[in-house]
Formats: sequence, C-alpha cells, structure tokens
Amino acid sequence: MVNAPDFTARKRERVTVMGMATEAQFHVLAVDDSCIDRKLIEKLLKNSSYHVTTVDSGSKALEFLGLHEDNLRNSNPSSVSLHHNQEIEINLIITDYCMPGMTGYDLLKRIKESSSLKDIPVVIMSSENVPSRISRCLEEGAEEFFLKPVQSSDMKRLRPHLLKGKFREQQQLFQLQLQQQQPQPQQHPNNKRKAMEEGLSGGLSPERTRPRYSGLTVV
Amino acid sequence: MLGFGADRLRADMNRLLALLFHQGVLDEQFLQLQQLQDETSPNFVSEVVNIYFHESEKLLRNLRGLLSDRELSDYKKMGIHLNQFMGSSSSIGAKRVRNVCVAFRAASEQNNRVGCLRALEMLEHEYCYLKNRLHELFQMEQQRVMAAGVRYPMQN
Repeated sequence: MVNAPDFTARKRERVTVMGMATEAQFHVLAVDDSCIDRKLIEKLLKNSSYHVTTVDSGSKALEFLGLHEDNLRNSNPSSVSLHHNQEIEINLIITDYCMPGMTGYDLLKRIKESSSLKDIPVVIMSSENVPSRISRCLEEGAEEFFLKPVQSSDMKRLRPHLLKGKFREQQQLFQLQLQQQQPQPQQHPNNKRKAMEEGLSGGLSPERTRPRYSGLTVV
Repeated sequence: MLGFGADRLRADMNRLLALLFHQGVLDEQFLQLQQLQDETSPNFVSEVVNIYFHESEKLLRNLRGLLSDRELSDYKKMGIHLNQFMGSSSSIGAKRVRNVCVAFRAASEQNNRVGCLRALEMLEHEYCYLKNRLHELFQMEQQRVMAAGVRYPMQN
C-alpha cells in the first residue's frame, strides 16, 4: 500500500534516475583463442548494445580483470584501476571452453575463487555438446552454457544475468545509504553508482525500478 | 535502366547461394553471418571469411607438414589443428569442410597415416572449391554494389 508522500518520493527518485540516464551500457568481456569467434561474438554483443572487450586467453582475461596468477584470492575492490585511473566494471564474462593453456573452466574457477570477481556472471561457450562438461561448468558457477556457433537468438539469454547483477549492486548501494543515513538518493553519485542507476533505468518497467525495500522512506 | 544490372547480379548471387546450400557446402550459419552485417560493419561477411581463408591455409600447410614425415607423424598436433579448423569452419557455415575435418580427426586418432593422407587431399579439395565459390560471390556483390550505385547518380 502506497501513501501519497512515499509515492511522490519514489516518483522523484525514478525521475532522478531517468534524468541521469545516459548511454550507459553493460560491459562484457569475451574470451576466445579463435580470431574468427572473437570477431563473431564481438559483433553479436555489439548488436545487442553491449560494450565489448575481447581477449584471446584466460590469462589475459585475468590480467584485464586485475587478477594476476599469483594473487588469486586477493580481496581487491571490484573496480580495477588502469593507468588512466579509470574504473573498469565488467558486468559479464563470456568465455570459450577449449583454449590452450588456461581453459574456460580454469578461468571460471579462478573467477569464482576471487572475492572481488566471484559475483560477475560467467557464460561458457563450446563447440562440443558434452553433458558432463556442461554440468561441471554449471556446478562450478557458470550461469549458462552456449553451444557454438553462438547465434543472435542466444544473446537474449544474457540479459537476465546482467540485470540480476545490477539489482544486487543497487541493493548493496541502498543498504550502504541506509547505514550512512543519507535519505536523498539524488546526492552526487560516483561513477559506479551512476552506471548502476543508469543500467536500471534502461528498458525496465516502472514496477521493476521501484525498490523492494519500500520501508525506506525518503524524507 | 542502369539498375537492371544490379538486380540481375542479386539474382545470380541468390542462385549461387542456393546452389551452395543445396550441395551442403554452406549451412545456416552462413546466413547468420549475413544477418550480422549492417551499416556499422558493411563488410562483415567478407572480413570474417578472409580471416577464415588466411587461417585455413596456414592450418592446411601445417597439416601437410605434419604428414610429410614418414617416420614420425605428430597425430596429437594434427588433432589440435583439426579442432581449430573444425571450429572456424563451423563458425562460418562451411559444412562440407567441417565434415571432412571430422573424418580426418578420426583417422588421426587411430594413427592411420593412409587415412590421414586421403582425408587431407579431400580437405584441400573441399576448401579449394569453397574458396573459389565464395570469391565468386564476393565479386558479384562488389559488382552489384557498384551497379546499384550508378542507378541514382549524385546531383551536386
């Protein structure tokens, strides 16, 4: 049940969120040793309006994510500083299974073992339909298993995992605000928060943008 | 009147594509490639296919090299090359090439030298045929684009 002040507050909140909406996109990291497959997955992802980075190996993926082979269980913040001092936020990792050196499965394990990266959804691709391989990956925490060649119809299967990630971040953010006793959600946001809110405002129905924690009254 | 050439070329292209599908040389994945091509990447298909040609020729050279040694053939390495060849062929819809790779891989897993040599010959043949027909297709496409462009001359 919504009383007038609450509704207005939420509406203001939504307007603020919408007002801040720019071209923020989900950022996907694609890992594949095959040049052709990298080109394909990049095009597929770009056609779905995702920002894409491609790398050709698991170790390069870890490097990009800020994890080095010897720092597996480091609890770094999930944002990675580049030499430009920019924050890199990866919303989903899609990786080939069969790669020389570090396989997609190895990469999946490293990601799930990392406190800073374990919440990033991971999708595995493979040209071979091996049930034991599929279940092994899903058990290790992969969200989906795509059979190659990946097609445009597969792209919509990514969205729920990307949105789930954003909701989780948004929940954490609001909890943080609660702790800091900052009732105005339209305070000056940092990059990451802005990206989260923009992500939420993109293509969601009003019901979905209304937070579940309706107990939070905006004064 | 000038646009007539463009339409005829398009019809020829479609006929060639239909033939290649009918022969099993190409499969549905090639259509997927075409659908990915758009204004932001107008040469997507030819770019991908050119990468495929470049990679495939390297793989074929490697395979021939591995089989040239009568004494010791590294069948495991052959398998790795074949997996790569299979994967890329599947990604562009080169069905017959991919199928020969499967047979080739089976022969290599049995250390069957004669079988491998036969498969390599077939693979080179299939690849050659595919390459020639795709080149034909791309040439027709280039001509079609030019012919279509001439239909509406620029008025400056």
